[in-house]
Amino acid sequence: MPPAGRSPRAVLLRRLLLPLVVIVGLAIVWDLAIRVFAVPPYVVPAPASVGQALVKERARLLDNAIPTIVESLGGFALGNLVAVAAALAFVHSQVLERALYPVAVAVRTLPIVAIAPILVLLLGNGYAPKVAIAALITFFPTLVNMVEGLESADVQAMELMHVLSASKTEIVRYVRWPSSLPYLFSAMRIASTSSVLGALVAEWIGTNKGLGYLIVLTTYDFRTALLYAAMVVTSAIALAFFFLVSILEWLLVRWER
Amino acid sequence: MATIEIACRDVSMVFATSAQPVQALAHVSLEVERGDFVSLIGPSGCGKSTLLRLIADVLQPTAGSIEVRGGPAMRARLAREFGFVFQHPGLLRWRTARANVSLPLEVGGWGRRHVPPHRPDDLLSLVGLQGFEHAYPRQLSGGMQQRVSIARALVTGPPILLMDEPFGALDEITRDHLNQELLRIWAATGTTILFVTHSIPEAVYLSSRVFVFTPRPGRVLEQVKIELPSPRAPAIKDTPEFVKHTAALRRALAQGG
Repeated sequence: MPPAGRSPRAVLLRRLLLPLVVIVGLAIVWDLAIRVFAVPPYVVPAPASVGQALVKERARLLDNAIPTIVESLGGFALGNLVAVAAALAFVHSQVLERALYPVAVAVRTLPIVAIAPILVLLLGNGYAPKVAIAALITFFPTLVNMVEGLESADVQAMELMHVLSASKTEIVRYVRWPSSLPYLFSAMRIASTSSVLGALVAEWIGTNKGLGYLIVLTTYDFRTALLYAAMVVTSAIALAFFFLVSILEWLLVRWER
Repeated sequence: MATIEIACRDVSMVFATSAQPVQALAHVSLEVERGDFVSLIGPSGCGKSTLLRLIADVLQPTAGSIEVRGGPAMRARLAREFGFVFQHPGLLRWRTARANVSLPLEVGGWGRRHVPPHRPDDLLSLVGLQGFEHAYPRQLSGGMQQRVSIARALVTGPPILLMDEPFGALDEITRDHLNQELLRIWAATGTTILFVTHSIPEAVYLSSRVFVFTPRPGRVLEQVKIELPSPRAPAIKDTPEFVKHTAALRRALAQGG
C-alpha cells in the first residue's frame, strides 16, 4: 500500500524514474571516462555513437533480432515444458526421481559452450540446435524449483486431501500444482533471461544470422559501436521477456498479492 | 440404548522412528455415542491427535480395531461419514472462502453424485462469515480462517465431526467465542463430535463426556460425564458445578502424572 499523500501514479513514476536516472548517470560516467582516459573508439565506443549505431543500423539489428527472439522463445517454452513434466513425474514416482534427478544434475554441469558445437553437429545449422541449447539452459532451474514447489504443499492440506479420499491426480490438481506456481514463476523469471543467453551462445557457431552471430562478427571487425548496439538490443529482449513473465505471474498468481 | 458411532477396541500405535520405536497409544478402548459431544484431554504428546487420525483412517493402528458407524474406518472415510477440522485451518490460499468450503464437493465429484445437504454460502453464514464469500484466506484472521475450515468440514453433511485442537492456536477471546458458536452448530446439525483439546475449561464447557489420557504412551485414565444442563451459556463457567467439574478433571490429569 502506498504511504499516505502519495498517489499510486506517483509511486509508479518513481519506480520507473529511479532506474532511468541511474542508467543515464552511468552513461554520463561512461562518456566522461572515455574522454578523460582517451580510450580509442574501437576499444570502447562513446554512448552517443552506440545510439547512432542503434538508429542507423536498425534494419540489420531487427533482421538479426528476430531469429534470436524465435530461438529463445522456443527454447524457453520447450525447456520449461519438459522441466514441468519431469517435475510432475518425479513427484508421482520416487523411483523415477531417484533414477533421473542425478542425470539432470550431471547434464547441468556440462559446459554449455562445449555442448553448443556438439548440438550443431547433431542438429544442423537451422533453428533446432539453438532452440535445444536455450531449452537446456532453462530446463534445470525450472526442474529444481518445480520439484520443490510441488513438494511445498501444506501438510494439513495434504491430510485433508487424504481424509477426502482424493486421488493422486486430484492432489496435484487441487493442492500441489497451485502451491508450485510461485516457485514456477521465480524459475521462469530466471529462465526468461537465460534462454536469450542460450540462444546467443548457440549463434556463435555455424550460422550467419542472429544477434549472437552479429556480436561475434562485429567483434572481429572492430565495429565496436554496432557490437554495443547489438548488446543493447539483446538486453532489451531479455528484459522484455522478464517483464512478460512478471505480468503473467501478476495475472495468474492473484492470491499472493 | 444409544447407537455407537465410534468404537476403539484395544488400540495401540507404535511409530517406527530412526532412533527407536515410539509408543504413542497403549490399549485404548473407548466408545462414542450418536449425537454426543466427546472430548479427549491429556498432556501434549499423549497420542490423542494420533487417535483422531486413526479414526479418520489417515494412520493405521499397530494393534486393535477401530469401527466407525459399524464398519472399518476406511469405509467411513470413503463414504465421507466424517469431517475433519485440523489445528491449523489448512485452507488453500488460492481459493476464496466460498471455494475452500466447496472443495469437498469437488474432490471425487462428490457434489455431482450426491445432493449436497448445505449450500456453501449458508454454511459460511452459519459460522458467522456472511459477506466474506469472496475473501482469500490471507485477508481473514486466524479465527475467521478456522471458521471457514469448520464450514468446509460440514459441507457434505457428515454425521461425525473430528476436531483436532481446532482452537488451540487462537487467543482466548476468539476461542471462547468459537466455543459458543460450535455449541450452536452442534445443536443445529445434530452431528456427533469428537474433540481433542488440552484445555480443561474448554473440555468441560463443550462436552457431554470427557476421556482423560495419561502421558505417552497414551491410555484412557478415566471417563468423566459432564452433568451440566444444555444448552450452555458462557455464564455457566462461573457456577460451582462447572468449577467442580474442572477440579475433577484436573485431579484426574494429575493422577496420570
